[in-house]
Amino acid sequence: MSKKQIETLVGLFVLLGILAIVLLALKAANLASFSFHTTYPLLARFDNVGGLKISAPVKSAGVKVGRIASITFDNKTFQGVVSMEIERQYQFPTDSSAKVLTSGLLGDQYVGLEPGADDKDLQPGDTIKMVQSAVVLENLIGQFLYNKAAEPPTKQGAAQK
Amino acid sequence: MSEFIARLGRWALAILATLGHAAAFFADLVRNTPQCLRRPYLTTAQVHAIGNRSLIIIAASGGTVGLVLALQGYYTLSRYGATESLGLLVALALVRELGPVITALLFAGRAGTSLTAEIGLMKAGEQLAAMEMMAVDPRVRVLAPRFLAGIISMPLLGAIFSAVGVIAAYVVGVLMIGIDSGAFWSQMQDGVDVTKDIGNGVVKTIVFGVASTFAALYIGYESEATPEGVAQATTQTVVVSSLSVLFLDFILTALMFSTP
Repeated sequence: MSKKQIETLVGLFVLLGILAIVLLALKAANLASFSFHTTYPLLARFDNVGGLKISAPVKSAGVKVGRIASITFDNKTFQGVVSMEIERQYQFPTDSSAKVLTSGLLGDQYVGLEPGADDKDLQPGDTIKMVQSAVVLENLIGQFLYNKAAEPPTKQGAAQK
Repeated sequence: MSEFIARLGRWALAILATLGHAAAFFADLVRNTPQCLRRPYLTTAQVHAIGNRSLIIIAASGGTVGLVLALQGYYTLSRYGATESLGLLVALALVRELGPVITALLFAGRAGTSLTAEIGLMKAGEQLAAMEMMAVDPRVRVLAPRFLAGIISMPLLGAIFSAVGVIAAYVVGVLMIGIDSGAFWSQMQDGVDVTKDIGNGVVKTIVFGVASTFAALYIGYESEATPEGVAQATTQTVVVSSLSVLFLDFILTALMFSTP
């Protein structure tokens, strides 16, 4: 093999290695999602976004209709602002609602969209008005224990008197 | 009885002598490396012999390890309903541990043995002595380029192993089993840190490259100048390289990834 050929092959090998390192590094950072459908953005403000991650799916009727683009914190209203990219082929009425749901018991969280009944559709950049925040397990347990403690004495206790 | 103790003492002293000799050899290699950069083609040719030629086995192994990790990982994760973390599991396992270690073991087996055999045969054929007669330093012309080539090739091969493994896991997990591809990548991106995980993995591959290339070169250089000696040296290279890689892996993992 000539000197030129060897040097070219080595160059290709080094290029391949660097490409592999870059691929691995980009995966750890934010990889821009490749989607073949054009999308339009919608916003939703939650009191608690729970475990939502960027690039988590947005589903309606269980079918993926988009992805979460960004999650930011609004310091004025102290709410989490979730920006979603919905595929352009799907339009939702202006009174649709967004909920933070969990897939499976311990699975990833996603945003579920439920359509409303309005004639007009949400325009790109609109905010979804009706939202339900994520269920925080600790608050739920605390609520349950508080309710338990505030309960009147049981019938058994009353019969004994 | 006293003969046994004497033999034990001789054996211990022999090991110490070998360690000292090896350390001097290593210092020589490092000292001669800048000089060998004056003829970059020497190193390039060695990177071709060591790195390019190992590409197929590393890529194939990376692919199959990724496939197997995805299948086994899915089986365990499905017990806890956490199958969407498969990407995270495979990526962390590959980048932090399996990528560097398996690549180093395969590298020792493929490139290390060829280095040992080459150097051993050069020594047996008196090529190194002939070079010295011509006032050409064999350590600069022959040993240092191979050492540098090993250090350059190992991180690249390790990265290729991990990358191919992750892609293979994607093929099994998303395309075959049907995990959501967004969850696959997003959990991975969330959990894999560039400096802590990928950076440490690259550091590991560099250390393993130094260790296995050095072991291969030293054992080849010190082998007996006979065909049997060379054959024995190649086996010794695989054993010594593999053991030192695994031992260094333990030390590096304890240093880098121990919980504070």
